Amino acid sequence: MTIRIRFRKYGIMKFIGHLDVMRFFQKAIRRAELNVVYSQGFSPHQVMSFAAPLGVGLTSDAEYLDVELSDIPSPEEVLARLNAVMPEGFCVNACQILPETPPNTRKENAMSIVSAADYIVSLKDGYQTGLAREEWRSQFCRFMESDRIEILKKSKKGTKQTDIRPMIYESGFSWQENPDSVRERYENGLTVFLRTAAGSTQNLKPELVIEAFCEFANLSWHPFAWQVHRLELYRHNASQAFEPLIP
Amino acid sequence: MKKLALSDEILLTIEKPARYIGGEVNEVKKDPSEVEIRFCMCFPDVYEVGHSHLGIQILYDMFNKRNDTYCERVYSPWVDLDRILREKNISLFALESQDPVKEFDFLGITLQYEMCYTNVLQILDLSGIPIYARDRTEEDPIVIGGGPCAYNPEPIADFFDCFYIGEGETVYDRVLEEYKENRRVHGSRRDYLERIARIEGIYVPALYDVDYNPDHTIRSFVPNHPNASPMIRKQVQMDLSHTYYPERPIVPYIKAVQDRVVLEIQRGCIRGCRFCQAGMIYRPVRERDVEYLKGMASSMLASTGQEEISLGSLSSSDYSALPDLVYYLIEELGKKGVNLSLPSLRIDAFALDVMSKVQDIRKSSLTFAPEAGSQRLRDVINKGLSEESILKGAADAFAGGWNKVKLYFMLGLPTETEEDIEGIAVLADQIAREYYVIPKDKRNGRVSITASTSFFVPKPFTPFQWVRMCTAEEFLQKKDVLRRKLMEQLNYKSIRYNWHDAEVSILEGVLARGDRRLSGVIYNTNKKGCLYDSWSEYFHYDRWMEAFQENDVDIDFYIHRERALDETLPWDFIDAGVTKEFLIREYRRAQEGKVTPNCKKACSGCGAMVFHGGVCYEERKGDSV
Repeated sequence: MTIRIRFRKYGIMKFIGHLDVMRFFQKAIRRAELNVVYSQGFSPHQVMSFAAPLGVGLTSDAEYLDVELSDIPSPEEVLARLNAVMPEGFCVNACQILPETPPNTRKENAMSIVSAADYIVSLKDGYQTGLAREEWRSQFCRFMESDRIEILKKSKKGTKQTDIRPMIYESGFSWQENPDSVRERYENGLTVFLRTAAGSTQNLKPELVIEAFCEFANLSWHPFAWQVHRLELYRHNASQAFEPLIP
Repeated sequence: MKKLALSDEILLTIEKPARYIGGEVNEVKKDPSEVEIRFCMCFPDVYEVGHSHLGIQILYDMFNKRNDTYCERVYSPWVDLDRILREKNISLFALESQDPVKEFDFLGITLQYEMCYTNVLQILDLSGIPIYARDRTEEDPIVIGGGPCAYNPEPIADFFDCFYIGEGETVYDRVLEEYKENRRVHGSRRDYLERIARIEGIYVPALYDVDYNPDHTIRSFVPNHPNASPMIRKQVQMDLSHTYYPERPIVPYIKAVQDRVVLEIQRGCIRGCRFCQAGMIYRPVRERDVEYLKGMASSMLASTGQEEISLGSLSSSDYSALPDLVYYLIEELGKKGVNLSLPSLRIDAFALDVMSKVQDIRKSSLTFAPEAGSQRLRDVINKGLSEESILKGAADAFAGGWNKVKLYFMLGLPTETEEDIEGIAVLADQIAREYYVIPKDKRNGRVSITASTSFFVPKPFTPFQWVRMCTAEEFLQKKDVLRRKLMEQLNYKSIRYNWHDAEVSILEGVLARGDRRLSGVIYNTNKKGCLYDSWSEYFHYDRWMEAFQENDVDIDFYIHRERALDETLPWDFIDAGVTKEFLIREYRRAQEGKVTPNCKKACSGCGAMVFHGGVCYEERKGDSV
């Protein structure tokens, strides 16, 4: 049986890279004494799938991972046991038992179903945009009215001109947010909400949107000035609407 | 939320920021304002290496069990952060509180290998602590050294306020209690050092004067203070089953060199190999109780969630309850998906059985460390491994399906001849031949043999502490002799040969048997930017050689001469248990090619019995009852 877990990553844990987060959860699951299913062979390992790797430096309210267990206590029990062994900076806040995959259908995992992600991008204190907050916002609205937003996207094969506008599904300055969100808050109050394409077919990093905007508005771009926080990850539901990975 | 010493911008610019943020699972958290003593424990190498060291984990656990003490950690910043800290004038900080190291009461530095000495200076420098102990003020932490290199602390004596000689479990409590007492009576730094000089095992270099002969040998080494003992006796924890052991070791986020639970099964070694410093300084051999170890394994795995466990000791095959422990672990761990990482074992039926249970035979290899290529030379170094047993072990393993063999040797051992070197090639070939004795249809592909040689470095407190070490040129010639001979072998295509760097060995040799005249050399080398000398990409032999010249120090004096048996050696003031008479006896036996039986077979009267333990002692105690 497979369970899906949602967790938060914040504070100093934003410096832990994705591969290390995977190793961290393998150990955390052992510490929590959950009966996980191991692969066969001389170096048995846990069968685990993370929805969407989070880059180093980013924080998140909604990371997801699927893991196969041989027996499942209640979802509440899973959460309690995991949280009891989590250091500050990791917190598990939802758990769902996934329905059994019907015979002769491909088993879905968290990674394969992700389609979009919500982000809040904030200017860190100590950095300037070069514009007053209201001016920055109105420029950003103009930017989002563009039909095309061309950037040079780097990939393994080299750089190529890409239009990222279709991958930005929503943007704005107000959003729905859990009051106990772990995102970092700054004095300057300059934040922007973005919903962008995420997943294995199409993926747009919010940093690229800000970078493109800076170029558009003729502002200097500083790679470390912005804190990106992931608010939620979505899949397409049956009616093609965005639905959080754990509804 | 935890405040970090480094900005996001710095952390996101450097490699592996997780090296510097602390906050790992099982890290000890205390309020620094609520303790009396702040101790910063340092391993002077990069986090992944330093974190893997068991000794520090034991001391971290032990110190933090005291309510009045908060022990934190610091490791060497990698070269990228080193540059940034210097550029931006940021003081080196401890991982837990992120507070500057300079604010601590103690900075404890473990000295596990000689090539970390420039990193020790880096730690002091980046912390803003004066590099020379004599320049430190009441504001600076007490800098204390320990670990195997403290058995000859002289090359770095000027950089340390004191050294703790031996195992940390015994007198550290007194060292800390004296600190509180000294503070209570408003004593100075100097007062404190004079106080702890009275504690057995504590060496305060400033309380001793060294005088040299015109030929640079030591004329006299005498205390200049009544509290300083002329001999410093090493500390030994005799009962290893009722003492500190980290039940909740810290679990790093990034992959450490030792990414597993380590179970130290025993200390000391019964073998008495004459080149091996660890085999001498950790005497007598002491085992941990097997039931204690089983319990410890379970609690450590539960508290860490580690996927692997390994056994630590100098010679695991000699642990008396090894089969009991290993079969228990295989059974118990197997249920939980935990791997047992096997130590190198003497290849026998037991070893082959457990290896086949925990490793993939097709991928794993057999390891032999004959150390020398001929029986004659193995007798000289007292390596009790016969050609017969190597060939038998290999043949049994080949029959069991293995086809990879790793062999470890040393070049430049005392009395070595060309014939001994060539013996390495012949032995490697003989092992390969054993493989082809197996019928073709039962073979598992080709045989693969890897022979590695390191260069012999004479170490203090070994029977070879007086011998001349080879020059780099001689080492390289020996390497060439071996390469040539390997090419002549029937199975040369199945034999790979690796050798170590000769220049690092030369420096290791100088530092290992050095004296106080070397401190200026180490200082200058560090000033030239040398760091991470044990990492070949950062090792600069030329800068070291310049520093020797600048200080008018001749390396030949330290390594390329035979010392007289009556010469005062820089480390003679340390009582490591093994007596000089024993070492001389062993040296003479080596020259005669005579083997000395291991401690289980017969007592060779090494002197370690003064600690009231060890297999020889247990036996005698039994006799007298």
